[in-house]
Amino acid sequence: MLSAAVIALLATIALALCRATLGPTVFDRLQSANTIGTTAMLLLALFGFLNGRPEFLDLALVYGLLNVVGVIAVLKYFRRGNLGEAE
Amino acid sequence: MSTLITILSWACLTVGSLFCLVGAAGLLRMPDFYTRMHAASLIETAGAGFIILGLLLQTGFTLIAAKLLMIGLLILFAGPTASHALARAALLQGLKPITVPGGDQPSKP
Repeated sequence: MLSAAVIALLATIALALCRATLGPTVFDRLQSANTIGTTAMLLLALFGFLNGRPEFLDLALVYGLLNVVGVIAVLKYFRRGNLGEAE
Repeated sequence: MSTLITILSWACLTVGSLFCLVGAAGLLRMPDFYTRMHAASLIETAGAGFIILGLLLQTGFTLIAAKLLMIGLLILFAGPTASHALARAALLQGLKPITVPGGDQPSKP
């Protein structure tokens, strides 16, 4: 049953990738990047359960944190044109 | 008792993956950026919630269950904040949401 969920999540990532390539505005691409990040987190957790390795859950947690920080950083770059000058 | 739990966790996993698929399909078919964001948030809340609930049913009261709860909390808190930042940046950048012709104008940001 876990593999069925894994296949569904892979299909979700494929659809999000289509939106990333098609997306007219840059914010669509960012939205699909965010969705791919969350889905990758779930995939990591599922693989942890499939292979019986609980360490994968820590990977999923770290990946989720990095994903959010990445999206916020890219947003800041788009709104201000730079990530803040060095004083 | 354990078969009941297995069936319940399989049902949660199926419902969660269906929600993810529906959210991804909505991501593609929605006409405008803001409506696509509505579809994408479906994945983060319902899809992730049910999948993590399905996995939780398979563990029990162990450290793994605690880690799964942490992941669920992270998605519940980080997802909406990222979507909020995204929508606000898009609105300030001047991306107008589509309105029904003759419908009411969106309020100023």
